[in-house]
Amino acid sequence: MSISERLPISMRTEALESILVERSLVDPKVMDAYIKMYESDVGPLNGAKVVAKAWVDPEFRERLLADGTAAVAELGFKGPQTEHLEVRENTGQVHNVVVCTLCSCYPWAVLGLPPSWYKDPAYRSRIVREPRAVLHEFGLELGADVEIRVADSVSECRYMILPQRPAGTEDLSEEELAALVTRDAMVGIATVAGPS
Amino acid sequence: MTTPQLDIEGPGAPPRRNGELAFSEPWESRAFGLAVALDASGVIEWEAFRQQLIATIGVWEAAHIPDDESWSYWRCWQDALEQLLLDQGVIGDDDVDRRSEQLAARAPGHDHEHHHHHRHDH
Repeated sequence: MSISERLPISMRTEALESILVERSLVDPKVMDAYIKMYESDVGPLNGAKVVAKAWVDPEFRERLLADGTAAVAELGFKGPQTEHLEVRENTGQVHNVVVCTLCSCYPWAVLGLPPSWYKDPAYRSRIVREPRAVLHEFGLELGADVEIRVADSVSECRYMILPQRPAGTEDLSEEELAALVTRDAMVGIATVAGPS
Repeated sequence: MTTPQLDIEGPGAPPRRNGELAFSEPWESRAFGLAVALDASGVIEWEAFRQQLIATIGVWEAAHIPDDESWSYWRCWQDALEQLLLDQGVIGDDDVDRRSEQLAARAPGHDHEHHHHHRHDH
């Protein structure tokens, strides 16, 4: 690893790509397409649509909680990292928060690529040991009677949170509801605020 | 996609993106794209890559404190991908080292012997 430490990592990535392109094992245009897709097209909006539908459609909500992968596929969301999607529902009694302590697995198809804090060693270790303190640092205060459950994406499972529907949203359409849902709420470090 | 089109712009716009950049440097997105493309074409299996990534992150974490500033998720990603391709015999021991040196020698600032710089396109 002597050379690898002397040269910038960017050079190794470029070297690896050029070797694989030379051997026709990878097509740079295919890479470009995936990068563009996950940088700009696939994002938390997908998950927000799923959440809003679950709020207005009890049968869809049941299907979503029973088999996340199949339910989000109904909306056209599928892809790598979402083959085993499990959706946990937050309630007034139980608050779930997602982590992947081992390698930062994340359901790309519904949430896009994970934010940097999700991948940080500090978040990955601390959210398990002291979830209440970490959520407090994110600005989320939960009552002492609320049980916090940490969903750790070990094995092949990826988690997404179905947050609580905020009060005062009875008259909102599915589209208007989706607009309220944030990525942070679907990872479980925030709740969904009502319309301002 | 058959879902209703949402209002993408405007104050009520949903979180279309992560609200922050997924990649802070171009090489990170290339490393990401490489792994995804290699999985899609069957050169690697995602689960094998994930296991290698877990191992690579584990080695880093065993040697550093969680707040260590040298942490780079995408560096672990690149290292894991390289290791997996090595283990699978897709690339040889010195392939990446040698190609890296060649690229470094051609890059402006590293090139002390030639007065004209080569551009490399791919």
